[in-house]
Amino acid sequence: MELVQMQKSLQDYTKSLFLDGVLDSQFLQLQQLQDESNPDFVSQVVTLFFQDSDRILNDLSLSLDQQVVDFKKVDPHVHQLKGSSSSIGAQRVKNACVVFRSFCEQQNVEGCHRCLQQVKKEYYLVKNRLETLFKLEQQIVASGGMIPAMELGF
Amino acid sequence: MSITRELTSKKAEESKGGVKWIKKPLFFMIMCCLTTSLVIVLLMSSGKEEETGSCNGEARVLYRHQNVTRSEIHDLVSLFSDSDQVTSFECRKESIPGMWANYGITCSLNMRLEKEETQCGHDNSKSLIPWNLINPSGLQQSLLHPENHREGLDWDLPSYLRNTWWCLIFGLLVCHKIFVSHSKPPNEIEGKTNLQDSLAQKQQQRACRGAGKWRKNILLLGVIAGVSMSVWWFWDSNQKIILQRRETLENMCDERARVLQDQFNVSLNHVHALSILVSTFHHGKTPSAIDQKTFGEYTERTNFERPLTSGVAYALKVPHSKREQFEKDHGWTIKKMETEDQTLVQDCVPENFDPAPIQDEYAPVIFAQETVSHIVSVDMMSGQEDRENILRARASGKGVLTSPFKLLKSNHLGVVLTFAVYDTDLPADATEEQRVEATIGYLGASYDMPSLVEKLLHQLASKQTIVVDVYDTSNASGLIKMYGTEIGDTSEEYISSLDFGDPSRKHEMRCRFKDKLPIPWTAIIPSGLVLIITFLVGYIFHDAISRIAIVEEDCQKMMKLKARAEAADIAKSQFLATVSHEIRTPMNGVLGMLKMLMDTDLDAKQMDYAQTAHGSGKDLISLINEVLDQAKIESGRLELENVPFDMRLVLDNVSSLLSGKANEKGIELAVYVSSQVPEVVVGDPSRFRQIITNLVGNSIKFTREKGHIFISVHLAEEVRESVNIKDAVLRQRLAVGSSASGETVSGFPAVNAWGSWESFKTIYSTENHTCDRIIKLLVTVEDTGVGIPLDAQGRIFTPFMQADSSTSRTYGGTGIGLSISKRLVELMQGEMGFVSRPGIGSTFSFTGVFGKAETTSSFNTKFDLAIQEFKGLRALVIDTRNIRAEVTRYHLQRLGICADIVSSLRTACTCVNKLGGLAMVLIDKDAWNKKDFELLDGLLNCSKETTTRPTKILLLATSATLVERSEMKSSGLVDEVVIKPLRMSVLICSLQETLVNGKKRQPSRKRTNLGHLLREKRILVVDDNLVNRRVAEGALKKYGAIVTCVESGKAALAMLKPPHNFDACFMDLQMPEMDGFEATRRVRDLEKKKIVSGEMYSSWHVPILAMTADVIQATNEECVKCGMDGYVSKPFEEEALYAAVAKFFESDG
Repeated sequence: MELVQMQKSLQDYTKSLFLDGVLDSQFLQLQQLQDESNPDFVSQVVTLFFQDSDRILNDLSLSLDQQVVDFKKVDPHVHQLKGSSSSIGAQRVKNACVVFRSFCEQQNVEGCHRCLQQVKKEYYLVKNRLETLFKLEQQIVASGGMIPAMELGF
Repeated sequence: MSITRELTSKKAEESKGGVKWIKKPLFFMIMCCLTTSLVIVLLMSSGKEEETGSCNGEARVLYRHQNVTRSEIHDLVSLFSDSDQVTSFECRKESIPGMWANYGITCSLNMRLEKEETQCGHDNSKSLIPWNLINPSGLQQSLLHPENHREGLDWDLPSYLRNTWWCLIFGLLVCHKIFVSHSKPPNEIEGKTNLQDSLAQKQQQRACRGAGKWRKNILLLGVIAGVSMSVWWFWDSNQKIILQRRETLENMCDERARVLQDQFNVSLNHVHALSILVSTFHHGKTPSAIDQKTFGEYTERTNFERPLTSGVAYALKVPHSKREQFEKDHGWTIKKMETEDQTLVQDCVPENFDPAPIQDEYAPVIFAQETVSHIVSVDMMSGQEDRENILRARASGKGVLTSPFKLLKSNHLGVVLTFAVYDTDLPADATEEQRVEATIGYLGASYDMPSLVEKLLHQLASKQTIVVDVYDTSNASGLIKMYGTEIGDTSEEYISSLDFGDPSRKHEMRCRFKDKLPIPWTAIIPSGLVLIITFLVGYIFHDAISRIAIVEEDCQKMMKLKARAEAADIAKSQFLATVSHEIRTPMNGVLGMLKMLMDTDLDAKQMDYAQTAHGSGKDLISLINEVLDQAKIESGRLELENVPFDMRLVLDNVSSLLSGKANEKGIELAVYVSSQVPEVVVGDPSRFRQIITNLVGNSIKFTREKGHIFISVHLAEEVRESVNIKDAVLRQRLAVGSSASGETVSGFPAVNAWGSWESFKTIYSTENHTCDRIIKLLVTVEDTGVGIPLDAQGRIFTPFMQADSSTSRTYGGTGIGLSISKRLVELMQGEMGFVSRPGIGSTFSFTGVFGKAETTSSFNTKFDLAIQEFKGLRALVIDTRNIRAEVTRYHLQRLGICADIVSSLRTACTCVNKLGGLAMVLIDKDAWNKKDFELLDGLLNCSKETTTRPTKILLLATSATLVERSEMKSSGLVDEVVIKPLRMSVLICSLQETLVNGKKRQPSRKRTNLGHLLREKRILVVDDNLVNRRVAEGALKKYGAIVTCVESGKAALAMLKPPHNFDACFMDLQMPEMDGFEATRRVRDLEKKKIVSGEMYSSWHVPILAMTADVIQATNEECVKCGMDGYVSKPFEEEALYAAVAKFFESDG
């Protein structure tokens, strides 16, 4: 019974993630790629994403704190972040990155700072949410249940 | 507001103003020429008149002079000869030189005056003097020779010409300035348009505004110049007229003065002569030859010689001592003039006069002309004037004049001329005392001035126009008027001095015109004309300028509108591109999800819904792609590639793609390429494929549940040389002619393509015929569809227009495909046309120009091995329809298999034995007949024993279900069932299975699964982003690929250095250090190097696909440019991935 409930809550939670726009269909595709041969694919990728993003955000903060901001250095970082976030379907991070890049093009330091905060905010949001999601999944798996396939009702 | 508007609107009309502004100076020049010529004509005519007038007048005056002098001489001679006076000859001798000298003086005076005006007059007078001297007997009017006029004109014409030339040059200058000011701005504008910024536009506006102002200023300047010229002209000619008038007045006045003077001198001389006469005949003879009677008679008769004298009288010098004696002698007393004041004299009766008071001497008149006989016995010394006169006369020995005074009796103003008569001949340098001593008498002549002058003037011309006054000016304090009236304009007066031979008396003549200056029409008319012309031209120019302003404004508006329209067009294209891209992304999501949904456990109804949704989504995607294409074509951004490709492979590809649909509908799809078409051509394979796909797709859409779609490719030359066609298929198609009942692939009637071929210019044009590097292909797609309604055939190529609105309802689609295809064909320098008959079908044809490939090596190297295997084999094709059999033979020929054709199993039986060594027999399903087949099978089996390899039987079917196929195979009758449409890969597979392996295996037809495509493929993924790399890896792994990941372009380069064993590479474009483009370029270079170095790996070309997040950029073109084979959007989507990789992996799947 508990398992069913857990599965239900997982489903609801996932749905809410999509509804909030934190994730998009790309995440679903990612999940589709996970099968018996590669059971931890999603979590692996997401963990990679977290590691990568943490590093990038660090670098970005450092670059932007410089006296003279070298936008040629900043832009590739943002691009990287954008690419990886779009790959895992972290929609809001991706969108924030798009804005960030446009500020980079304009060489707008203040805008970049604002965007960095925004990106960080979105990133920590998705990180939290995904971690919660994985926790839920792990709980289900631990209790011997199956992770339910995502329904596409949104 | 309106003014500023107008000003700002002076704009870039100059860009096209060049031609227009050339016309304007021309026009202006013509106007100038007209004006000047008109003015010249006017001035010339007026000048001519004046000159002839003045010359005539001159001549007349001279003539008159001549007459006067002549008659004078004549009279004297006649008188003296009459009165038997021998001495008269002497007198004549004396008088004539004097007269001539006098005349000469006046003439030269005249000459000097005339020199200043016209040469005409000068010439006349000059020529007159010698003429008069030589031949004084006559003067002819013909003296005024026309040559003189011409000379005068020649002299005058240049001055007018000079004036007009100045006008012309001025006009040209103005024109030039205008022209320059207008020709400058376009250059500036041209230069500035490149900047295309608003800044440039502003500058342009400013420049134009300046130009507009310039134009107005120039116009104003021109008008002012015109007006001032006209005024100047008027002033100038008026001045000339006045001068002329003045000169005329001078001439006339001088003339009159001269005449008067002459006449006076003549009289003077005569009186002088008379005095000598008296001295000679009265005093020199004793007794006196003259008495009162003789004197009276003589003077009366010679009165005409003294036209100005009213009378002459002779007074004797009588000293007081001799008074008594004298009075006694004559019988009368010497009387004195009645009063001192002569103006009060009323009636003179000498008897009433008192005797003269006692004086030193007296001068009583003894002889007098009849007219003045009343003064006989009057003492001239008693009159104040006369006394003075007498005293002066005898002192000087010359004729002296009194000041004017009222004459006795006549009461007219007059002067008295007095000559002293001496008793001895005095020497010229005699002293006054000697003269007084010698004086014995005085001869006086009275001149009645008014009547005389009047008489004189009466003889002269134009007496009406001129008023003459004569004054005595010897007394400086007061002028004494001798003759004249008060009328006339005194403002312009000319004074000529008169010399009456008395040095102590001065006289002058004042002349003036009676009338005031007439209105100077000759000055007003030309200048008025100039004024009018100036205003006219000014008006025309003003009109033109305002017109230009309007045109400029319009032009500006148009340009704005044009810019707006262009912007709108660009916006439209961008909008289309963006929107279609934006729609594509979520649509891919929708499609992917739907696909996944269909993979889940759905019941039939749900499945149906999902499939419908998926189908619609796919349609939408393709529509969006089409719209994108259309937008690209419209904006001219679509450029065709030029890469070598194998047309047959492309056609195989299309037929395999569309075979599913065709088979579903039971339509037979056949592809035929003429053997004359080279294997490899240069062009744009993807666009070619797009056209074919579109046409075939349409055909499938509009074809009923039966019939065929036949794609054929020929060289254009083949069709042109229709006399001896080698190609069997083409021959048959042409032979069918217009009848629809001819043999077709499926047996259903189709429209003959010939109709559309005929209209193609490209087939028949021979312009590129000689060029070896160009191949013209003629592609025909024939179907047995519903056909196109006749009324809709005209607009079939219009975008978004379908045959009729019901079409889209029935068949779907937007109707954009054909339009795109046509545009693409046009880009390939070809034409597209069609023939269609409703109910029978349509045939679309198009031509295209392709390049010949330099290398003849085939592309499908992967089939080389198989083809080697099949080369030289023989086959028999049994088909009821010859054309279909030809299609089959074509496909077999591609594999190097030599095929024979028979029309039925029965005929096959008869010839099987002849054709020994058959490797296979291909039987069309339509020709299948179990009974006959058994017969044939028997025959084949007979021969089988003799040969090492058994003849394989293959059945060609349009559609067959799996069940049918397995039934057939299991029945053992046939070795393999091949599903049409035939294509190389399928044929090779089937033949390999039957011939080489001999195994009977279910041929797998369903290959639209990525799993099959990518299974066991070694794929290299290049991406710097770890996460992306993992996702890509995961996705590809899911489809069974063996994935290797590297994280940089450099690493990829190392991996892809030939030889390697990767089947494909997915390359991220944006990477640090070395991006995807660069990496690909390097990989291609490496591959080329290998080829150059002549190593084995002659055909290394690993497919490299770009992974990119944004497809909207012109990345595709760039990808191709640097040697990539395609691109997939990131993150992967199954469909897109399939479409991208299908090109490389399908054929060997």
